[in-house]
Amino acid sequence: MDHETPENLLYTPNHEWLRRDDERPDEVTVGITDYAQDQVGDVVYLDLPGEGDAVTAGERCGEIESAKTVSDLYAPVSGEVVAANAALEDQPELVNASPFDEGWMVRLRMSDEAELEGLLDAGAYRAQIPEH
Amino acid sequence: MGYSRSMAGHDDSGGNPTLTRLTLHERHEALGARFAPFAGWEMPLQYEGIVGEHQAVREGVGVFDVSHLARAWVEGPQAVEQLRSVTTFDVTTLPVGKAHYSLYCNEAGGIDDDIFIYHLPGERWLVIHNAANADEDFERLRAVAGDAASEVTPETVMLAVQGPEAVALLGRVLGEGFMALEQRDCAELQWNGASVLVARTGYTGEDGGECIVGAEQAAALWDAFIEGGAAPAGLGARDTLRLEAALPLHGNDIDADTHPYEAGLGFAVTLDDGAPFTGRAALAAAKEQPRTRRLAHLAARDRGVLRAGFAVREPESGEEVGHLTSGAFSPSLRLGIGMAYLPVRLAKPGVMLEVDVRGRALPVEVVRRPFYRKPKDS
Repeated sequence: MDHETPENLLYTPNHEWLRRDDERPDEVTVGITDYAQDQVGDVVYLDLPGEGDAVTAGERCGEIESAKTVSDLYAPVSGEVVAANAALEDQPELVNASPFDEGWMVRLRMSDEAELEGLLDAGAYRAQIPEH
Repeated sequence: MGYSRSMAGHDDSGGNPTLTRLTLHERHEALGARFAPFAGWEMPLQYEGIVGEHQAVREGVGVFDVSHLARAWVEGPQAVEQLRSVTTFDVTTLPVGKAHYSLYCNEAGGIDDDIFIYHLPGERWLVIHNAANADEDFERLRAVAGDAASEVTPETVMLAVQGPEAVALLGRVLGEGFMALEQRDCAELQWNGASVLVARTGYTGEDGGECIVGAEQAAALWDAFIEGGAAPAGLGARDTLRLEAALPLHGNDIDADTHPYEAGLGFAVTLDDGAPFTGRAALAAAKEQPRTRRLAHLAARDRGVLRAGFAVREPESGEEVGHLTSGAFSPSLRLGIGMAYLPVRLAKPGVMLEVDVRGRALPVEVVRRPFYRKPKDS
């Protein structure tokens, strides 16, 4: 099965994506990839960090519960949570339906932009998706 | 994102070459199934998605391949007494053409397995066992019935068709014979020149039926259900459906250390006929004793998902009072639900408790079973 991997995003090996904000260069939006939502299946509940919470790159910052499993969400970069996607409280299925857009999870204000250099571009990420 | 836990009751040893494949494996693969190991079988866990499959069964009709369930015949004039000596329900009262739930208990009254017994014409009895207990269960039948007990699991396929539209679909596919069946009736029908054993039974809380068919006819019967509008449904949806219906899963909610009365399964135990079945003495004693614990049904009162193994605590004292034996997100109710053995003083509808969801205290309420009941008009 082919999974979407938009070119304008950065990715982690843990299947999170990160989008830079054109107007606020120190802010990024984070979610999980199309491959990740397909693997976890129907998302039924999210436990996301709250506004003002500090997160550390590579550390657990939330939980994604699907009908069959619970998965951890890891922060792709360090910083402070500016917003969590409130729409997911009532419609967690947006993560499955629209992983790169309406299913976004958190917005972060980065504390160290140099951490972005450690992330993958779309091509490098695509090469990491296991073949089924 | 990292995967930290697999579905309750399912191991995740993936790619194990010793797993048994279903006769219809290729049919499931063609429908996009994701497979998972379960009790030695490579089973479809889901096709399109657990929630959609669950809703298809609640609102329309779904078809499950449940061929992992073990199927054994006990035949002959002694069969009824042989079965009575090893199972808790008085099968001597089960008329021809009826099926009934029963249990195998150990001498201590613990539940070794929960089973279904079908009484067919000609002193023939079919017994359905859980896959994980198939070998021990068959040995138990062999011990009392010898060669009159025979396993037919490999050469047959078992399909469950479930949902408010299931009976109509079964009638269209199998004909008038199915429409004549009432709840828990069973019969052998002719279909496509072959014999199909059908029963108006299931494990979802919905109406419907289960069919056992020879392996050669199985693909045609599966196709007929799919072409007739049934959504293929996997073990994931089967688990959420049975949990909403508060049907216990052996190995999770009931096992060799739980007895039928505390599990709410007293209806499957007959003591008053005096028959000396395995476990009778212990069960007779347990029935007279006050219960110390009872299987309780818990519904989350805040957002969150309950999972098997989570601790249940009293809110004020923080005292641990039990563990969830099953847990899931209920797609029909859109909240976390689960079961746990609790001290009887707490196992009462309305009691508020907490479940430890990986360090977070999630409020839960003890509720009446089932969690979900199908609407009266369906």
